[in-house]
Amino acid sequence: MQDDAAQKQTLLGADELVLNMGPQHPSTHGVLRVKLKLDGERVRGTECVIGYLHRGVEKIAENRTYQQFAPYVDRMDYVAAVSNGLGYCEAVEKLLNVEAPPRAKVIRTIMTELQRIASHLIWLGTHALDIGALTPLFYCLREREEILKIFEKYCGARLTTHAFRIGGLQYEAYDSFEKDVERFCKDFERRIQEYVDLLTGNSIWIGRTRNVGVLNAEDCIALGASGPVLRASGVKWDLRKAQPYAAYDQYTFEIPVGTNGDTYDRYMVRMEEMRQSRLICLQAIENIPAGPILGKVGKVLKPPAGEIYHSIEAPKGILGYYIVSDGTTQPYRVRIRPPSFINLQALDKMARGHLVADVVAIIGTLDIVLGEVDR
Amino acid sequence: MHPNLHALLVFLQTWWVELVSAVVIVAVVPLITGYLVLMERKLMADMQARLGPMRVGPHGLLQPIADAVKLLIKEDIIPDNADKFVFWLAPVVSMTAALTSMGAIAFGPSFEVARDINVGLLFVIGVSSLGLFGIVLGGWASNSHYSIMGALRSTAQLVSYETAAGLALVSGLLLAGTLKIRAIVEAQQHFGVWFVFLAPVAFFIYVVASIAETNRAPFDLPEAESELVAGYMTEYSGFRWACYFLGEYANMIVVGAVATTLFLGGWLRPFPNVHWMNWLDALPALFTAAVGAYCVYRAGKQPARVQTWFMWGVALACFAVALILAVPLVVAPLKFMVPGLHGAFWFLLKISAYIYLFMWLRFTLPRYRFDQLMHLGWYILIPLAIMNVLGVGVAMILEMEYGWNRWLALVVTTAFTLAAALFLLRLNDKRVAAASSAAPPEAPSTEDSYAG
Repeated sequence: MQDDAAQKQTLLGADELVLNMGPQHPSTHGVLRVKLKLDGERVRGTECVIGYLHRGVEKIAENRTYQQFAPYVDRMDYVAAVSNGLGYCEAVEKLLNVEAPPRAKVIRTIMTELQRIASHLIWLGTHALDIGALTPLFYCLREREEILKIFEKYCGARLTTHAFRIGGLQYEAYDSFEKDVERFCKDFERRIQEYVDLLTGNSIWIGRTRNVGVLNAEDCIALGASGPVLRASGVKWDLRKAQPYAAYDQYTFEIPVGTNGDTYDRYMVRMEEMRQSRLICLQAIENIPAGPILGKVGKVLKPPAGEIYHSIEAPKGILGYYIVSDGTTQPYRVRIRPPSFINLQALDKMARGHLVADVVAIIGTLDIVLGEVDR
Repeated sequence: MHPNLHALLVFLQTWWVELVSAVVIVAVVPLITGYLVLMERKLMADMQARLGPMRVGPHGLLQPIADAVKLLIKEDIIPDNADKFVFWLAPVVSMTAALTSMGAIAFGPSFEVARDINVGLLFVIGVSSLGLFGIVLGGWASNSHYSIMGALRSTAQLVSYETAAGLALVSGLLLAGTLKIRAIVEAQQHFGVWFVFLAPVAFFIYVVASIAETNRAPFDLPEAESELVAGYMTEYSGFRWACYFLGEYANMIVVGAVATTLFLGGWLRPFPNVHWMNWLDALPALFTAAVGAYCVYRAGKQPARVQTWFMWGVALACFAVALILAVPLVVAPLKFMVPGLHGAFWFLLKISAYIYLFMWLRFTLPRYRFDQLMHLGWYILIPLAIMNVLGVGVAMILEMEYGWNRWLALVVTTAFTLAAALFLLRLNDKRVAAASSAAPPEAPSTEDSYAG
């Protein structure tokens, strides 16, 4: 331990204050506990204590069949359940060496992009709330409600949807699916302008987010950060373009990147991602191919012995599934690479030297979901 | 008659108006506070595309009562390591200060507890500042990290912004030439114009500083929910918490009343001296009658019969008030009641508008960070306030000594003040740009703060 005496000595010879933030705290986004080492209001170090929501998801997988485990992944990142399900289904499909039919792929893409918008809306609302803007949260929830209604009409569930099945889809898209998605997308353009009006040019908002929690590209890569956190630092890495999955190769969309890697850039990147997701949805509903929705998979899934790693671009970053099969109906081992968990590592690096208020902004900008961090 | 009884009667005879007024303040302010909270929640709900409280009473009109009852019967918790006496004392100090300062405020020409104190405004500001002790002591006595940090933030914030607010008030007082509440309003009647038009910069500074003083968003750092849970109130619950809450909202009324008195013409109606605008006198009655009419309109749409009755009750109350406001206008022998009744109406309307502004800002703006808040206070507001005092002073000298037209003098000096404000902002932007181009502060990354 490097015990720097000068470091210990603070102004007026006062001791450093260790503040326990969480696990019950309004803005740690769940049951995250952060030990803050403070000099006055300045943060000298942070330590995250996690595991309050640990449910042993990976262990559970070893005692379930492949189909039985699918609903469990919804409970990890519970504000983006559809994306979790997509990653898992595609991973098992890869293991089984089957492919979902084109119709299923397009519907999956639409659902996942809607889910990305919904997840970003939750992020925007809570992030703004953490920084003290009360109103955007309710506007965001209002729009998210429309997305959840589409989910509900599609599969009956709103939050933990279990929307997809291994090999394709369980349900055919309902009759007015395209119309609903289109209506949402048309409305959303106007709605997103409301958030821009409230926040983007607001000098308090800029003051609170610019140069706060700066993370440059090398740090991001060294820490394994992914998703908007990585892209805000200027790295154009998005699996939807880099390793296209589902039907993403059929659509044109931009990958927004930032320059400074600060909280404001991450805000701008996510806002632009919502617009791009909207465009993807609009393109996709133009032409949903006809055909079957479920590929050739049996009632009992017995993948050949082997291992597979499949990752997708979830709203929060790269979500990876590493599945080892021993040839039985149950996976031998499932290892999940959760984006929130890995992005959360950056907290200490980002928060040092900032004030307590910034820690809250930084936790918000990392967009963590504790269900996924702890699994 | 027993001499003591006689003395008591004499005392009552001399002071009965003050005593009744004091009782009214202590009894009514908590109720008003409750409804202020309801109004805030309703407004917030309206701006946030939702309904707000709807369950207790029609449109949630009984919600404040339910809240008060809940707070009263809640378990009273004192943390183990708290300083019990100070913990008990602090909320009382906070509330008492706010209610006491209300005593010197004239809510209309005929409602004032401390009649004509010659340091009226100074008394109000001084006593309401004492509420700070409640916050600091409460934060300290709770023996909790969040509380102490909230209390420290609060102290720094209030001390800084009170300076700016005080200087802004000085500009107004220069124009009025007195600290007596009543005389300030009379001065505005004499000038024929509200001081907000004579000293707009001062009013602006006072608005900003008073938001900070009452710990409202975007300056609500002492109780920043997302950072410090509830700041100095974190460990408080039940009735003690209600005391703090009451003090805070009463303080809002106080700063609103001060701003109204000094800048917005107190209980004067708009254009008090313009005779062809006398039809404005009919507005109070029409306004309350319109509220009553709306209640009647809504009464039929209530889901339950009891709610319909309640709506009718509210409507009748509104009509009664409208009648009270209208009768003196029409009936000649009661004409003497017009200034008192209508004065109170205008005064309360202006305070409400001021508080509405507070609420509107709260729902719209994000929160400042602590260093930004202090920076705004010390680098911008206080220098601007000092310059404004100088400007108003110079204008008065130009008018009195050199016979300038008052408006010309004030326009010229206000222009100078605004130019100075622009210069300040430029200076500030440069400073911020310089600070942000420098590398953000970072502790050595090798240090492991929790090792060992």
